[in-house]
Amino acid sequence: MRESSERVGAGGISDAAAVERTLAGERDAYRVLVERHSTYVYRVAYRMTGNSHDAEEIVQEAFLRAYQKLQQFAGNANFGTWVYRIAANYAIDRLRQKKNEESRREAPTRSAESETEIDPLSQVKDSAPSPERLATSVELAKKMKEALDALSPAERTAIVMRHWDGCGIEEIAAVLKSNTSATKNTVFRAVQKLRQALKPFVQGRGTAKAVGTES
Amino acid sequence: MKHITEEELFRYREGEMKARDAIAAHLKECGECRVELDRIEAVFQALDAMPVPDPGEEYGRKVWRQIAERLPERFHEKWASWWEAWFAPRRLIAVGTAAALLAIAFFAGRISGPKKSNDDVLDAGKVRERVLVVAVGAHLGKSEMILMELSNAQPAESGKKLINISTEQKRAEDLVEENRLYRQTALNGGDNAVASTLNELERVLLDVANSPAEVTPAQFESIQKRIAAQGILLKVRVVRQELRAESEGRKSEPAQNDSTAKVRNKA
Repeated sequence: MRESSERVGAGGISDAAAVERTLAGERDAYRVLVERHSTYVYRVAYRMTGNSHDAEEIVQEAFLRAYQKLQQFAGNANFGTWVYRIAANYAIDRLRQKKNEESRREAPTRSAESETEIDPLSQVKDSAPSPERLATSVELAKKMKEALDALSPAERTAIVMRHWDGCGIEEIAAVLKSNTSATKNTVFRAVQKLRQALKPFVQGRGTAKAVGTES
Repeated sequence: MKHITEEELFRYREGEMKARDAIAAHLKECGECRVELDRIEAVFQALDAMPVPDPGEEYGRKVWRQIAERLPERFHEKWASWWEAWFAPRRLIAVGTAAALLAIAFFAGRISGPKKSNDDVLDAGKVRERVLVVAVGAHLGKSEMILMELSNAQPAESGKKLINISTEQKRAEDLVEENRLYRQTALNGGDNAVASTLNELERVLLDVANSPAEVTPAQFESIQKRIAAQGILLKVRVVRQELRAESEGRKSEPAQNDSTAKVRNKA
């Protein structure tokens, strides 16, 4: 779920006050906002792109855009939510652009970085995993990564916003520039595709947990 | 026994289904559907297991270092930054016209002579209001044009997967700046009816300005629907026609006892 941004953080001032001061020309007040929300925006961006390099670029761009548009920010709104939306909008544009480039180049779907980015061992909650489960969990992580990468930008955005960030359908629809009914379908389609891709791992009754995620 | 579909189970999990009790009762009885629901749940468990690297405690500071130099310069004063935004090269032409018209409106009132009597003050105000009426009318005309272009376009027929709306975006962005100025002026002048329409128009313009540069036909359609849903095109037309009529009326009948803004507000 999204973090509350109205708290008074390490910077000592509330988000609203930091926005006000930034607009008044106090550049360092924006620093408070950047330092407070960067990690959260990074997590969102990473889930949407699946790699650190892209995620970091999205974080930077989101804060640059937020700064440029700060006068459009309504004072009573939540800065965290606002910058989140800017990041999501930019991320979906970037995903689309990347997909287009990939389809033009007909490049392999996985990059060398994406293969090594996620430490599969961190998925295994058991302190002494069996070699078999370890292997399965590694394989599951790979499959899930591939399945997420194979989703359309809209599907990936929808599942990230819905499942990980707990966003409402209307909020997702606003980012996708779509209506609520179509957005619900997009989320469902994403789940269907993931399910299809993970079929060998998702077992039936009694063992319906994805293999490799047991604690 | 009729089983619950995958989509219904998914929506049930999402808390959406209206017939939740019936589905819950069915799940109690039907092992097959329970397994199906568990399988959907397993996908979410697998998603939860996907790790996100921790960027580290210093990450916020790192981001600040990366972007601090790239932040556009702001004057160290709120209104000065308005000024700067106004005179940015790209916006110069768009907002220049608006600024010039406002300046004319302001000075037109002044050069009509020293304020000797109430009539003189009234005349100065009339001249100023007339110039503003013309300027706002022109602004609404430009806004109407862009909204009409977006509303009447049929990109789905072109067969393109992505539609580039960057030109419309830039035009909308420029109009947002103008719009703010006119809205504020209308508010200061007590013309709440025009200010209200400009306020609604601003939201639609911002919506277009903040859209991705390339959108799918479905997204484009969604923008069109939002324009249509707010009825903004009609409102803009009505206000523009009122302003035009007002402007023409003023030419033939320069002396009126009541401000037309007041009349509009009453209406």
